[in-house]
Order: sequence, then C-alpha cells, then structure tokens
Amino acid sequence: MQFAANIQALSHRYADREVLKNVTFTVGQGSFVGLLGANGAGKTTLFSVLTRLIRASSGSVQLFGHDLQRSPAAALATLGIVFQEPTLDLDLSVLQNLQYHGAIQGMSPSHIIARAQEELERLQLWDRRHERVRRLNGGHRRRVEIARALLHKPRLLLLDEATAGLDFESRIHLQRHIRALIETQGLAVVWTTHTTEELQGDDSVILLNQGAVHAQGQLADLITKAGVSDANNLLLSLSTARS
Amino acid sequence: MKNSAYLFCFWGVLKRELQRSVQQRTRFISALVRPLLWLAVFAAGFRGTLDEQVIALYGSPVNYEVYIAPGLIGMIILFNSMQSSLSMVYDREMGSMRILLTSPLPRSYLLFCKLLAIALTSLLQVYAFLIVAFFFDVAPPALGYLTALPAILMGAFILGALGLLLASLIEQLENFAGVMNFVVFPLFFLSPALYPLNFMQDANTWVYWACVINPFTYVVELIRHALYLDLNTLALLVNLAAGTALTVGAVLGFDPARRMLYSGRPRGG
Repeated sequence: MQFAANIQALSHRYADREVLKNVTFTVGQGSFVGLLGANGAGKTTLFSVLTRLIRASSGSVQLFGHDLQRSPAAALATLGIVFQEPTLDLDLSVLQNLQYHGAIQGMSPSHIIARAQEELERLQLWDRRHERVRRLNGGHRRRVEIARALLHKPRLLLLDEATAGLDFESRIHLQRHIRALIETQGLAVVWTTHTTEELQGDDSVILLNQGAVHAQGQLADLITKAGVSDANNLLLSLSTARS
Repeated sequence: MKNSAYLFCFWGVLKRELQRSVQQRTRFISALVRPLLWLAVFAAGFRGTLDEQVIALYGSPVNYEVYIAPGLIGMIILFNSMQSSLSMVYDREMGSMRILLTSPLPRSYLLFCKLLAIALTSLLQVYAFLIVAFFFDVAPPALGYLTALPAILMGAFILGALGLLLASLIEQLENFAGVMNFVVFPLFFLSPALYPLNFMQDANTWVYWACVINPFTYVVELIRHALYLDLNTLALLVNLAAGTALTVGAVLGFDPARRMLYSGRPRGG
C-alpha cells in the first residue's frame, strides 16, 4: 500500500541538541493524523523537515512514494501547507495572494482564477477577494490560508497549529471544514497541535515528546493504555515523565 | 512539471514584485528623488570645479551631470536591490518566504525569477530617471537608451544577487541598518560613480585600489560606456564573473541543508 507520507528514522540536530530522534510513522491516504505534543516537543522542526525548509540530519521522507530529497518537485507538488505563523502578504488582496501562490505552483492564470473561486466560495470569501488581507480578521486570514493551501489540489494537507490565536467559533469552523475535506475529497491531513480539544477519540494520533515518538495509535486507545482519564491527562503524563 | 509552469511562475513572481512596488508608492518615488537630488543639487555644486576634468571617456568636455548620470543609475539599482533584499528579510520574518520556498519548482529557478523580477523593477526606475535627467542636459544618443538596457539589466541582476546573498546571511531585520553603512555606502563611494578613478589615484593609492576591486565600479563603467554606444570589455568580464559568483552564493544561501535560511531553530513546538 502506498502511504500519503512515509517517515522513516528521521533525526535532526541543532548544534548542541538533538531535536528529532529516530522519528518513524506513516500517514494513510485519505486519513487524519493528529501530531500531538507539548511546546518544544519537536513538532515544528518535524513540520519544517516535511516541507523541505530544512534538511534532516538523517532519515527519509516519502510523500506518495516520492522521496523528498531525490524528487522534491514531485513530492512537494502533493503538499498543501498551513504554517503556524501567518504567511500571507498583508499588502496584497485575498485574490492576489492566491494568484501568487498558484503561479509558484506552476498553475496557469485562468486555472488559478477558477480554483480560487471554488475554494473562496466554499469558505464564503469570494465576495471579499479584492480586499487587502490586512483588513481581514484573524479567522478570515486563516480561511484564506486554507483556501491557498488547497488551491493546487494537494493530496496531503499539513497544518501546523492552524488554530493558534483563533477564537472559539473560528476554531470550530476550521476543524469542521478540514474534516469535511477528508470525507468529500479523500484528502490526507496531518494536524499538528498542542491542545487536545481539537482531536477526537477515534483519531489516529502520534504523541511526540522531546523529539521522539512516544506513542502512536487511536487517541482513545492511548488514553486507556496510559491509564489516564482523558487526553489532557495523557499530555500531562508526558510532561511528568519529562520532568 | 510542464515547461509552461516555469513561465507562469516567473510571471507570478514578477507580478507580485510590481504589485508591491505599486502598493509602496513612496518606495518608487524616493527611488527617483534620491538620484535627482544628487543630479540637481550635488552636481550643480561640483560642476564648476570638475566640468573640464572629468572627461576622457566622452572625448570632449561634458557637464558634470553627464558624467555622474550613469553613477546615479548605479545608485538606483543598488538601492532597489538592497530594498528588495530588505523585503526578503521581512518576508522571512513574516513567514511569506516559506511559501516561495515550498514551491515544487527548483529553488534555484525561484531565486532566478526573484532576481529577474528585481532587475526589471529597477529597469523601470532607471528609465523614469533618464526621462527626468533629459531635462538636466543628460542627453545620450538615442540608440544609447537601447544599448544601455542589457548593461543596466545585468548590473541590476548582479546587485540583486548581492542583496539576496545578504538577505540569507542577515539574521534579523534590525541588522539591516548595518548593511547601509558597511555595504551600500562603501560600494557607492568607492567607485567611479561620482569621480573618475584617476582622481582617486592622485588623491590616495589605497582608496584607488579599493575602487579597482569593487564590483560596483564595473557595473557603473559598463553602463557608462553602453549609454554612449561603447563596450567596456573589462567591465563586462568582471560583471559576468561577479554575477556568477554572487548568484551561486545566493542559491547556496537558500539551500535547505544550510542554516542561513533560518536565523536559528524554527519557532514553535
């Protein structure tokens, strides 16, 4: 079976500290995987390796069978990415941001417009396409980033703490939208978070702790195995083990 | 990846660069005002003392304004390149650089697009300056406007590559002020932009040799000769060598295997 993502023995070191330690996991096509860990667990470093912003010291990443180092073009073309920090150009309009992204993905101008309309309409933002991003609130900016990440029809969506800084309503809206995409479009999703409220009991979860995979499986099973009452206590047990 | 994807990508990067130039009107206007002040005020002040001496290149005595116009073209592309480099550092701090670097197109091609886009925006500023400079008696031969074009484009590309290399090395936006003091001003003043090199040789040998090894010297000289329908072969060769070295440096600077891309560890969990 071909995985959406196949990560094998990934390690990375910053000068004096090993921040990823032999990380191995897979993400099935059309599946949701929550990457859960406290701040400093190595989630964002892992995210940077998966998006080829940094090269890991050792190990391999394959996306839909394409090795990220040997065939970066084919591998990156499968990815849609929402970074933790906002990455929109605030001085450009919503549509201009999407046009820029589409262009650097190699899409034709007419195709970009057609796809932008589809994605922005789905997120109720088409009417605001000519507004400068600077004028949008945080929730709407996140929606634009989601639309942008999906513009080139990726098969795997990576979200790094995508709900950070959003209010309750925007968080719920975003989560529902992403889960609907899995159902309707067969998208695979890796959802990086440090808050357990965003995950459901039957979600596949990878627990990262101090740069290593501490446990992986269905969230409900992990809670049972750890002998704790809920996901929050599961995270707490990690920090207790760390200290 | 289809061949057309490369074209769409270049168009997208160029369009964004132009959109940002339009959005930041003050940037475009100040890019013109700066050299025009030098032309209208500084050159007027020095005209009397330097007019008759500047001159070997032109074959006959010329106004000092005519002499410094190519140097001011160099100033425009130098400042525009540094401004674009500053934008790159800002983009990196704001995160939008990541969007560019996660494109499936080769990173070296993306940087090439960025460099060419910077060079083309510089070209617009230079020709706007030349139109205004015409009213200050800077009137090269009509064909000179055309022959200078590749020289200006090449100079803008080289200085753009220098800007990208600096952007990859500079850790924080705040450090960029240092670039003005330690890179831009030395490059500009240690060149024949304002005075012929033989003036420097007479005044101070060390300063003269600093001018001789300064790549910006050859950017200015290539433009100066091209604007008057002449080819300075030495300047062309130095430009080709400097352009190659700086472009390779810029590409390496944005290699994911190197730490230059980040000022340190990625922030977050």
